[in-house]
Amino acid sequence: MNTTQKLLGGKFSLEMQTYGSSGEPLLFIHGAGGLMPVEPFLEELGKTFKVYAPQFPGYAESTGNEHIDDIADAVLFFHELMDELKIPTANIVGHSMGGMLAAEVAAFDVHRAKKLVLIAPAGFWIDEVPIPDLFAAQLTEIAPMLFHDPNSPAAQMMTAIPSDFKALETMYVERVKRFATASKFLWPIPDRGLKKRAYRIQAPTLLLWGDDDKLIPPVYAKEFTSRIKNCKLELIKNAGHMVMYEQQEALVSAIRKFLKG
Amino acid sequence: MKFTWFHLMPYRFLPEDFKEKYRSVWVDIPRDLYDPKVGHRLYNDYLDQLEYADSMGFDGLGVNEHHQNAYGLMPSPNIMAAALTRRTRNANLVVLGNSIALYNPPIRVAEEFAMLDVISGGRLIAGFPVGTSMDTNFCYGEVPATIREKYYEAHDLILKAWKAKDVFSFNGKYTKLRYVNLWPKPLQQPHPPIWIPGGGSVETYDFCADHDYQYSFLSYFGYIAGKKVADGYWEVMAKKNKELNPYSLGFAQVVAVAETDEQAEKDYAAHMDYFYNRCLHVYNGFADAPGYRTVKTIKAGVLGQVGDQAALRREGLKWKDFIDQGYVIAGSPKTVRERLREAMKSLNCGHLMILQQIGSMPPELVRKSTSLFATEVMPHMRDLWSNFEDRWSPKRDLPQADFAMPGPVYFDKRETNGTVRASASASAEVRSAK
Repeated sequence: MNTTQKLLGGKFSLEMQTYGSSGEPLLFIHGAGGLMPVEPFLEELGKTFKVYAPQFPGYAESTGNEHIDDIADAVLFFHELMDELKIPTANIVGHSMGGMLAAEVAAFDVHRAKKLVLIAPAGFWIDEVPIPDLFAAQLTEIAPMLFHDPNSPAAQMMTAIPSDFKALETMYVERVKRFATASKFLWPIPDRGLKKRAYRIQAPTLLLWGDDDKLIPPVYAKEFTSRIKNCKLELIKNAGHMVMYEQQEALVSAIRKFLKG
Repeated sequence: MKFTWFHLMPYRFLPEDFKEKYRSVWVDIPRDLYDPKVGHRLYNDYLDQLEYADSMGFDGLGVNEHHQNAYGLMPSPNIMAAALTRRTRNANLVVLGNSIALYNPPIRVAEEFAMLDVISGGRLIAGFPVGTSMDTNFCYGEVPATIREKYYEAHDLILKAWKAKDVFSFNGKYTKLRYVNLWPKPLQQPHPPIWIPGGGSVETYDFCADHDYQYSFLSYFGYIAGKKVADGYWEVMAKKNKELNPYSLGFAQVVAVAETDEQAEKDYAAHMDYFYNRCLHVYNGFADAPGYRTVKTIKAGVLGQVGDQAALRREGLKWKDFIDQGYVIAGSPKTVRERLREAMKSLNCGHLMILQQIGSMPPELVRKSTSLFATEVMPHMRDLWSNFEDRWSPKRDLPQADFAMPGPVYFDKRETNGTVRASASASAEVRSAK
């Protein structure tokens, strides 16, 4: 279900996707690309949890992006949102840039995350393993960067170019809006100091990583496992960076098992 | 009508198969294509050419800032302008300009521009571009989403620093300074004329109109394609009830003059091809970082100058197409006189930024084209816009008696490795080829 969530007297207005009506609350923080209009893997998680998935300010219909400049602003935004939703503590799941933000949310205030799931999270930079420049990538280069199988229907769908000019313009403008917002955390290198703060994370943490992630290769997992006290890594077979679209079942069952366990 | 002789300072020796072999002339061009020994010749050739333009009566000498770019070898145009302060006397120094959001703190620009203005005796025109996405976002790492905000803040700080009577503090979002106290201050008071080079962002029209700055459209696509941007600018000026003074618009145009139209093609066609097909070969992914252009500008449909769309428009163009489509104004003095007058009138433009060294063009051709333009075209265009006042050029009111002359040039044999430089012009010819 899509609703509009206001925060701080309208300073932020958020397009909020919710899935499921009962179960423990689960906050999902999306990656740089944002949410699709409906997310099948969240629908699936909604069968077990009450899932809240906001489009970040600057994405889709969500506004208030001008009030967020850096990690501290973004973290306090999520703290405020959780208070407003009356879920001051929740399971927090984040993908890619959203994984970086989820880790920051949990590090700034150790009481926010009951459990933490980071799917191929950003937040670090290893000189020897540079992350490809997604911002400079052309549509034709994106699928091989993000998917284990760039020819799969999911990959093709996500990187399709609309033939109608109006639809193309809309897609282009929306992509610019989303990536411009993401650039505040990721440009030019996605390191905003998580390495100084990750030690604060208290919540049991599950790292999920596609074994064929070409955007943020799984070798980045050690940056998290070496800093977070209670953290384990699970590789998902035959998946690239967009794990949820390539191996939905394996991903959902790993999250369920971890959060329920 | 006023004329600024503008140099991009390209690397003239990119390989034949550059376009096929490499993805971009800008940002990640391989380092091994640059030979500093060649670079030594080029910089000195190019300074000679600017000095020559001064001697031929051009109103301004133009330089600009690019980074990691083989067609624009001036990461710091201020260094070039500094060299010119000492070896030119008449022309204004048009530094178009410094990308002020890149300097930390931005008063560095206020200081260097003040230095240039003082050394040159009040000849500086100060340009404040946002800078291209390639330069600012990809090469200098600025976050695309905030670069414009940072730019406006830097502008406010620089202007305040130039105008302030006393020491002040500045509490900006991007720059915080407890003591701002500019030494030296510019010779032109309160500050040099300000020109804003733009590539078609609609916000820049408003910014120029609101501050009474000159807007310089630095296009490589010529006056026909440039008309859309010029019209957009004048529309904003009209809407804001500003004077439609042609001197408040600058326009860059590639111009090449020869004895006849046929000779022009023979002399210059290969160099145009080098410029448009090798120099402007920029990887599409670098053309426009997400957030660099505002949604308003994107929706206004102003196309970029580099990247796939731009390359597509240039695909397969030959000399005749470049001429017909206005990319280049070239030919005999008569042809150039007629077309250029028509072009400047259609744009309502009073400041021409003339590009006469283009692509791989060697010094002897640059000199010929420049000389023909200065003697057989420029004088015939001076009457254009004579009923308007140019409020965007230095006043040049420093009394002659106060104007400092450089001391005599003296090189001894040891310092120049055995060769005595007779004069700048003679050595330019010697240095011409690789």
